[in-house]
Amino acid sequence: MELKVDRTIDARGSYCPGPLMELIRAIREARVGEVIEVLSSDSGSKRDIPKWCQKAGHELLRVVDEQGFARFIVRKAR
Amino acid sequence: MSRRVLVVGGGTGGSIVANLLARRPDMEVTLVSREATHLYQPGLLYVPFGWVSPEQLVRPQRPLLHPRIRFLHDEVREIDPVRRVARLSAGELAADAVVLATGARLAPEEVPGMEDAHHFYSPEAAVRLRETLARLEGGHIVVGVAGVPYKCPPAPLEFALLLEWELRRTGRRSRTRITYVSPLPRAFPIESVADVVEPIMARRGIELVTFFNVERVDPARKTVSSLEGEEIPYDVLVLIPPHRGTAPVALDGIADRGGWIRTDRETLQVAGYDHVYAIGDATDLPVSKSGSAAHYQARTVAERIAAGNPGRDIRYTGKVMCFLETGERRATLLRFDYQHPPRPAPPNPVAFALKRLFNRVYWALVPTGRV
Ligand SMILES: Cc1cc2nc3c(=O)[nH]c(=O)nc-3n(C[C@H](O)[C@H](O)[C@H](O)COP(=O)(O)OP(=O)(O)OC[C@H]3O[C@@H](n4cnc5c(N)ncnc54)[C@H](O)[C@@H]3O)c2cc1C
Repeated sequence: MELKVDRTIDARGSYCPGPLMELIRAIREARVGEVIEVLSSDSGSKRDIPKWCQKAGHELLRVVDEQGFARFIVRKAR
Repeated sequence: MSRRVLVVGGGTGGSIVANLLARRPDMEVTLVSREATHLYQPGLLYVPFGWVSPEQLVRPQRPLLHPRIRFLHDEVREIDPVRRVARLSAGELAADAVVLATGARLAPEEVPGMEDAHHFYSPEAAVRLRETLARLEGGHIVVGVAGVPYKCPPAPLEFALLLEWELRRTGRRSRTRITYVSPLPRAFPIESVADVVEPIMARRGIELVTFFNVERVDPARKTVSSLEGEEIPYDVLVLIPPHRGTAPVALDGIADRGGWIRTDRETLQVAGYDHVYAIGDATDLPVSKSGSAAHYQARTVAERIAAGNPGRDIRYTGKVMCFLETGERRATLLRFDYQHPPRPAPPNPVAFALKRLFNRVYWALVPTGRV
């Protein structure tokens, strides 16, 4: 099933502030239930983004591997 | 035929772009800024320790600008990006190309209880913090950021490290406890930099709390709490307020909910308008909000406008270069772009000397567009 994404952030090549910071910013601006997609080429995101989602209570719906980057799809849950 | 360029904002980015274009005889440049002065914001880091005073960080705007620039000390209230007409308090202004360099604004009102927190991101706040630190005998000092994004990601970490050094030098360190709260799983967004800094923090006894995204401050109980559900008591709280964009625009969709201008990460064009550009802190670009990023972006935009054809292949590569000072007369230089992560050296006296030199030569070299 195709997911409806409300907003995509292309954070490829973002080292500072970094993809996780871009995600946190987007989550703060989003409404509960909205779905945010972050594109990251930073290998640390694979570890950091799931960890933060779990700690902050947001739903990591999907991680999709692409050529040279990954897509993280997150729903703001609270 | 000469072309009219309107630059909005006289900070780092706006001053550079205006000065670069004004050198060309075929450009008619107007710069509109709300301030009659230019503030060297990086120097605010030193104000809380009394190392510089805010007056040393401010200069009049006009002498920093090329004589051919028309400088209007005014505010742009609205811009129509299709017709490229700006509404100022003193009337309307039309242009062939527009550059938005309006920076960010601080939004402490977004965090309940922020009135009890100190920061150093404005001259007034930095002076208030200086007074508090001068009187400080001891206690628990908590340092961090109240929201992302914020300008100059190294600054709060640099503050914590400089504070530790200063308290040691003034014989108060043993009576103080310093905690650094980070919204991320580490002390700094970039892992290679965190790997350098975290052992230094540990050695100098600065406690690190990770995954701490500030939600509220309770001034009565003197505690700060996070989205993740933790609560930390403090005696002195230093929290960089949330930042917001400042876009003066008419059309919907040009800025996101944070007020950041939607900007193409390579062409720097605004939301698809050919002759409207945005640079610096005002944008939604995934690079650090820094004078350095604004500087490189200003050069790209000046070249694109000079080339005349918006399709030409002049692009911003994501380049940023900034210093991270760690106290004890040491610093390290971070350089990176969209393709290359930084590989910082261990903090050293040479980078420290370069940073202090940069603080002095800024006025002659940076806003003027000489480098
Ligand atoms: C404590 C601190 C330390 C820092 N350290 C560093 C560092 O070491 N290295 C580094 O690279 N960066 C550093 N920075 C960040 C740097 O100062 C900013 O990123 C930089 O100034 C951004 O430039 P800008 O042109 O985008 O915006 P600004 O320089 O903020 O300029 C924006 C200007 O636009 C004007 N304006 C806004 N809206 C309007 C309007 N509607 N009409 C007319 N005028 C308007 C404003 O009044 C302001 O003058 C630091 C910042 C702080 C606070």
